[in-house]
This record gives sequence, C-alpha cells and structure tokens, in this order.
Amino acid sequence: MSAVHATSVVPMANQIATFFVSQGDHAAAVAGTADHIKAFWAPVMRRELLALVDAGMADGLSDVAREAILRLR
Amino acid sequence: MSFIQETDYGTPAVLADKTVTLTIDGVQVSVPEGTSVMRAAKELGTTIPKLCATDSVAAFGSCRLCLVEIEGRAGTPASCTTPVAEGMVVATQTPKLAKLRKGVMELYISDHPLDCLTCAANGDCELQDMAGAVGLREVRYGYEGANHLTAEKDASNPYFTYDASKCIVCSRCVRACEEVQGTFALTISGRGFESRVSPGQSEAFMTSECVSCGACVQACPTATLTETRVIEIGQPEHSAITTCAYCGVGCTFKAEMRGEELVRMVPWKDGKANRGHSCVKGRFAWGYATHRERVTEPMIRSSIDEPWKVVSWDEAIAHTASEFRRIQARYGRDSIGGITSSRCTNEETYLVQKLVRAAFGNHNVDTCARVCHSPTGYGLKTTFGTSAGTQDFDSVAHTDVMVVIGANPTDAHPVFASRMKKRLREGARLIVIDPRRIDLVRSTHVEADHHLALRPGTNVAVLTAMAHVIVTEGLVDETYVRERCDLQAYAHWAEFVALPQHSPEATEAVTGVPAAELRAAARLYATGGNGAIYYGLGVTEHSQGSTTVMAIANLAMATGNIGRPGVGVNPLRGQNNVQGACDMGSFPHEFSGYRHVSEDETRHLFEQAWGVALGAEPGLRIPNMLDEAVAGAFKGIYIQGEDILQSDPNTKHVAAGLAAMECVVVQDLFLNETANYAHVFLPGSTFLEKVGTFTNAERRIQRVRRVMRPRNGYADWEITQRLSNALGYPMDYAHPSQIMDEIARLTPTFAGVSFDKLDALGSIQWPCNDAAPEGTPVMHIDHFVRGKGQFILTEYVPTEEKVGPRYPLLLTTGRILSQYNVGAQTRRTENSRWHEEDVLEIHPHDAEERGVRDGEWVRLKSRSGETALRAKTTDRVAPGVVYTTFHHPLTQANVITTDYSDWATNCPEYKVTAVQVSRGNGPVEWQVEYSAQARKSRRIEAAE
Repeated sequence: MSAVHATSVVPMANQIATFFVSQGDHAAAVAGTADHIKAFWAPVMRRELLALVDAGMADGLSDVAREAILRLR
Repeated sequence: MSFIQETDYGTPAVLADKTVTLTIDGVQVSVPEGTSVMRAAKELGTTIPKLCATDSVAAFGSCRLCLVEIEGRAGTPASCTTPVAEGMVVATQTPKLAKLRKGVMELYISDHPLDCLTCAANGDCELQDMAGAVGLREVRYGYEGANHLTAEKDASNPYFTYDASKCIVCSRCVRACEEVQGTFALTISGRGFESRVSPGQSEAFMTSECVSCGACVQACPTATLTETRVIEIGQPEHSAITTCAYCGVGCTFKAEMRGEELVRMVPWKDGKANRGHSCVKGRFAWGYATHRERVTEPMIRSSIDEPWKVVSWDEAIAHTASEFRRIQARYGRDSIGGITSSRCTNEETYLVQKLVRAAFGNHNVDTCARVCHSPTGYGLKTTFGTSAGTQDFDSVAHTDVMVVIGANPTDAHPVFASRMKKRLREGARLIVIDPRRIDLVRSTHVEADHHLALRPGTNVAVLTAMAHVIVTEGLVDETYVRERCDLQAYAHWAEFVALPQHSPEATEAVTGVPAAELRAAARLYATGGNGAIYYGLGVTEHSQGSTTVMAIANLAMATGNIGRPGVGVNPLRGQNNVQGACDMGSFPHEFSGYRHVSEDETRHLFEQAWGVALGAEPGLRIPNMLDEAVAGAFKGIYIQGEDILQSDPNTKHVAAGLAAMECVVVQDLFLNETANYAHVFLPGSTFLEKVGTFTNAERRIQRVRRVMRPRNGYADWEITQRLSNALGYPMDYAHPSQIMDEIARLTPTFAGVSFDKLDALGSIQWPCNDAAPEGTPVMHIDHFVRGKGQFILTEYVPTEEKVGPRYPLLLTTGRILSQYNVGAQTRRTENSRWHEEDVLEIHPHDAEERGVRDGEWVRLKSRSGETALRAKTTDRVAPGVVYTTFHHPLTQANVITTDYSDWATNCPEYKVTAVQVSRGNGPVEWQVEYSAQARKSRRIEAAE
C-alpha cells in the first residue's frame, strides 16, 4: 500500500464521517458515512482503505469512518 | 444562408395588464398600455424615421426625426416619447412632417463626412437610411460652415474605433452604457456645438472605465463606433444564430460572416439569456479560433521527452486505440478513464462518457465540474431533489433582495451582472458575502446594503448564523415550511441553528463579520420581499462546499424563497456548458439526468440501449485518477477540452500523476499545459466549427451552429466516434441531432428535447417532457422535485488548511473580466492587453510589513509549492488575505493550492490556502524550469 493512499483515503473518510456525525446519533453517522462512501467512491478506493485498516496502517481514521468502511467489506 | 436582420422597434417593450387601441395611418392596433407610438407603429409594420431611438434603451426624444401628428393635439410630438392612448389617431406621414424631417436631416448632414462609398458603415448606417427615408436631395446650408469633420479618431481599443467626425450626438452609446451595461463610462462632454461623446474624463476608450462590452457599438446608428474588424474587411453578408463558448450565462449571438470568415459577433436580441447584451469575451474575443498557435494535425510520441510527430488521423486514432487496449490488457479494465469537457457540446460530452462506460468498460469518467460546481450538484439534489439552479435569468427582474455569495458577477458573469445592476438601480437591495470588496459592493449607482467580508473558509458559520437570526427572531415563513418541507427535518434544523454557539455574536470571532451587520443582513433577506441567492465558486471550492450549498438551500426554504419568479437558489456556472456536462452523465457515479449507476432500472435501460453490460459501482473522480496514477494503477486517460495541469489544484501532484501514465491523450485546440505530459494530441474544433447544444446556468439548452468548417477536419464528436469504432465499440451517428435524440430517449428530464424543437422555440430549459413540453423556467413551484424540501444540519468545521507562523496569510483565487479560466482562449486574443499577467492583490498593511511595494515581484509560497508574480497593493482585500487569478501558465497559481477538498465531492479547496508572501526578484526556479520543460515538450519534429 503506497503512502499516496494513506494520505488521501483516510482523511477523505474522516471528512465524510465528520459531516454525518453532525447529523445524528452514532448509528446514523456510521450508516450515512457508509452509504456516502459506497455511492461516491470507486471500489478500488474502498479496498485500499480496508487494506489500510487490515494492515493497521489507517492511523488517524475516526471510529465512525472505521466502522463504516468495515461495514462495506 | 441569409443575413439575419432584426427588427428595431425603437423603444423597449412594455409589460402591462391593460391594452390600449389606437389608429395609426388609418389602421387600428392594440398594444400594452405605456407603449410608445413609435413602437405601436412598428408593431403594425410602419417604420417612423428615427435616429436617437433604439429598442435597447429608453426613449430620449432628441433627434426630432420621429415626429408625428396626433388628432386633437397641438404640434408634432416625438413618437418615441409619446405613449399611446385609447382612441388616439396618429398620422406618421404628412407634408408637414416631411418638411420638418427633411430639415432635421439637412442639419445633420451639413456636419457629416460625405464619404459614404468608402465608409465602414456603408450598407449598415441608419443616418444613410434616414437620408433616403426622408427623401433628402440637397443640403441648403452647404458644407463649409463650422463642423467636426477633422475630429480625431480614437483607435485605442483593439476591437472598435471611435470616429468623432461621424458622431451625431444622439447619445445612444451613452444610454446603452448606462442602461444596458450599467457601467456609466461614457458621457457627453461640452455643450452645444462642442458636445461630444467622452469616455470618462475625456480619456481614450482603452484607459477609461469602459469594459468593452460592445453595447455602445451596437447602439451607434452611424460609423462613429464601429468594430475594427468591419473597418478592416467590410460588412458581413450572411449570419447564423449560435451560442457563446465562454461563461455559463450562455449568450446567444449572430455570427456575422463573409464566406467562412467571421466578421463580428453581435448579441441576439431574442437570446433569452442575454436579451441582446454581451461582454468583451463573447463579443470580441474569438480570434483564438484562427490563432497561429492552433494545432490542426494529429500528433503522437512514445515519450513525453520526445518531440511530437505529425501523423494522419487514421494513424493517430489507431495508435490511441491500440495503446488503450494494451494498457487494459496489462493493468486491467479500470486502468484507463476519460474527462469530458464543459467547453464542448452536450452531444460531445455525452459521447465521451458513453465511450468510457461502453467502450472502456468502466465508469472512470469525470468532468471539470469536479473542480467547480460538483458541491452544487450534491447540495441541491440532497435538499431540493435536483442538481441545478431554480430560476431563469429573467427572474432577477422580480427580485427585491439579492444575496451574492462567493461570486463576482461583474467579472465572471458580466452580462447577467448587468441585469442584476439594472434591477439594483430600480431599487432592489443587495447583500454581498465575500472576503473581497468586489465591484458590486460599491460601483456607479450600485451599493450593497451589507458587505459581510468574512474570513475565507467560514461560509458555513456565516450562513448558519444568518439562519440563527431568522429562526430566533421569528422570521421563518412558517406557512411555506409547513406546506412544502419535511417538518421533522425542519424542527431538528431549527433547534440546531438556534443554539447559542451559532449566534452572530458567538461566530464573529471566527468569521470576522460584525454580529450587528450579519443580523441586519439576515433580517433584510428574510423580510425584504422576494429574496434570491446567487452564488459562485467562493461557495463550492471549500472543504465544506457541499455543506455551504445546503446551508444556502436551508435559508431559502426557511424564508419561503423558492418556487416563484424573483426568488431561488442560483449557482452561477463557470463554463459555457458545465451545467450540460453534468446533465449528460459526466460524473463517475451517475448516468445522464443524475441517476446513480447503482439504480438497476436505469442501468438496465442503458445496457439495453448501448448493448453492453455496465457496472453498478462508481468510477474514479479526477483527483482519485491522479492518486491512482501516482500509485501505479491508473495508466491512460482521454482528456477532451480540459487543461487539468493548469486548472486543477496542487500542480506538482497533477504533473506527477500525468507523468506516471503510459498514454495521455489530449484533444484540444492548442498544445495546452496538460499536453506537455501527453503522448497523443488530437486537434479539437471550436464552437464556430460544430453543431450541437450548450446548456447554461439556468438549465437553458441552446443551439450551437456551425459557421465554418473545422480547421482540424472533424468536430469533436466525430473524433470520439472514430476512437470508439477503433476500440471495437461501434458508433455511427451521422449528425449530432441523432445523439440528442438518444439523450432524450434515455433521460427523462430531456424527453421532450430535440433539435427541431430547439429550432422552433429558440431554447428550452429542462426539465422538458410531457409534463412540461416547452421546458421549465422556474423549478419547485408547487412541490420540490424530491417531494418535501429537506433541511440539513450545517455544522461549521474549520478547514485543515490553517494559517500559522510559516504561512500567516490566506490566499484565495478568482477570475478577471477580460480573461477566462486558464486563458487558453483569451490569452490568444487582444484581451490580454487588459490583463497581461496574474498579479497578487495584497493589503497595503501586509505589503508594508513585508517591505513590498506596488508592482514589485513577490514570492508566494504555501506548503504545496512556490511561485512568483507582481504585487498589487489594494484595500479590496482585507488584511491577512491575498488574492490572485490563474489565467497565466507562467504564474501557475495552482502550484500553490493544496489537495484539500470538499468532503462530499472532492471539489478542491481553491479558495483557502495558507501562504507567505516575501519580496522577490523575478520568477522562481520552478517557474524557470517549468517554462524550459514546456518549450521542450512542444517541439514538433520537422516533416521529412
């Protein structure tokens, strides 16, 4: 996994999660984040984020974003 | 093809409920109350001689040529200034009138050069016409008296010449500058015999406040103000109506021709977007179409370090197809993609996304809206249900309060700005929310009631604070909200915005906007009558761009300002067809008509029509493609009409992405900056050389008509079609109308659109279908497209891009009137005389702190990169904020901008970059290296 993806997909996922956290409770935020990522991210980007999580390299990934991407596995 | 001659009714049309019937020369005519006798006569087909009257400006009554006799009234009143009355009986031709008119013409001609045969206006001169109309045969006063025949010409403007010797002082130019353009650059200086048209304080046109919109030239009845091109080559002989290829206003023009040579572009009065007006770009800056740097032959090279080799079209297309297939075979189907162009037609854009989805076999297609209005698409679809503005441009005539947020219409959408200014002069109120003091804040006869000069990046905080005021002060239109909006979402939102932390007093420290000023602005918007919000890229190009769009939608819904003329949420689109590019399915997650690729029914519709299987998951967006390229997984791209190296943020990252690809195909008019990294160059065609449609910011679909053959041999859609066929996916369209027919079959909002209907109606605003067969000027009238309007919570989240000791200033970027985006077109015209280089606007206080003086070189540095340009000290920007444009590749302003982007759409955060400014002594090393590389990259191998 290249550094390129760690520096792009992790903050992107966090940004999305931050928005959905502001919209409602934790469960809704995870669902909203997951739905958004599924609707707008190419599968390769989701795979890359999952790979980072699996490899323990997704430093700084928020809890909501982490739950959301794991839901999309 | 014939010459289109428009009817001049002499005075503007009047809208009135009551109709008045009168008799003119024995024939009855009924017209709206308030109409002039002159216009009523013209409605009948009767032309009353005139010189100072034209229907683009209010009647003036100075030339005394349009006199008529009216039964029961004394004297001979001017028909232009005399309104019709019930039962009025008018005579337009009597012996008395003939004598008076002939006398008037004798006086005019006694002080006018008699050089008709060699005059540039010969054949297009109203003075000449009127001499004929009144039967002038002699001038009793002779020609030896005092006159103006030796008055000097002013040829300072590159596009038109002012010949004072031919001026009849009718003031049409002065009034056009005031009433149509709203600049007030012209006046009549002197009195009596000394009266003369004067730009500013008797300055030359070029150095005056004149913005070269051409309104004065169009209004002039003689050869006094004439296009330089007409002076050089003569009058046109045929014309065609077509649509401008610059900004999203979508002005329609008569392209007036001599054979295949364009003589001039004249704004079309029936154009529903521009209503007969124009700006310096659309009116005059089309010379790029025949510029010497235009490339008209295909070229290829195996490496970007090599010179280009000119090849045949067959070879270029075969090579491209072969490369793309090789790459896909080696790296996978998803390793290539394409970018559609917002400068190309709907049909061409549709074809590129079809090529990607059907021939490439993936959804890796994106468009330049990614970097401008993609948050508009997301935000308005979420709140209203449709990814587009709600109004037509005519709506502004009914607006009582305008809110302009993050837009600079006088520079970026000048023709619509003129309509805004006209309404403001009529008494509409204005709120400007912008870090800079744009011209609308205070210019001639226009002054904003409130200028909220917020800190860049705090739009959401400001708009949520406005919502706080509206909710907590009881200014919500509760009836509207109850009937039209999701009440649960509204209640949740109202509770949210009412929280103390969202009050103007609490947010002032963050936004820099005084609380009292913000409260007053919110009250004005909520209570001032019809409130309309117009916004631009200062809203969308932020990390919270989509949130800002939704905050705007919230305000409009809460105040009931959606669903009728005069109100609405109106994104001012940047490029001529950026709305159309989005409509046509250019985004990787949706088909035409904004339908997600995961919707089974829609996808199956396209699969059936196109005969291929289509994926249900979105493709890569432009920044994702570049990331993937740097990572080694994305290897080929087809770019039609976009210069991502200059226009996209973080230039070095874009360059790294392009350099990592094995086949970059650029289809464009010129070897642009992106072409420095290309392996194939396919020459494109201009809007003058092709057939199709553009869709402007008000969802208006308009025809583009070919007036000359493509210099490169093919329209852009034909090139895409050849590439598709070479890739093995057959396309056999014989004409762009067939592509539009396919779009209409597959897109519900375009179901009723066809070239025939467009030709019949002039233009159509989508949705156009069985429910709205002639289109939809105003959306969401009875209900929102999504059903109930959806309020969204808009929590302010500060951008990650923060100022600090190393980068203490905030850079924001924008456009200037005379240049357009990356400047590929306008830099190749005389427009560059107004803006030869990008400059850095810096507040005098910040400049002094750094020892920087006006006009000196400065270094501009961010964490992304560094460039150098000249400083312009001005209090137009606030202390702590600097501003520049991105029109010139030497400056490469985007080497400074970062890769932060909107959370929902990845639209880059161009408007907020932390920078430092220091004294410089010329271009920085990077600029020197880049210029050398660009020169090397543009080498073309000599023919054998």
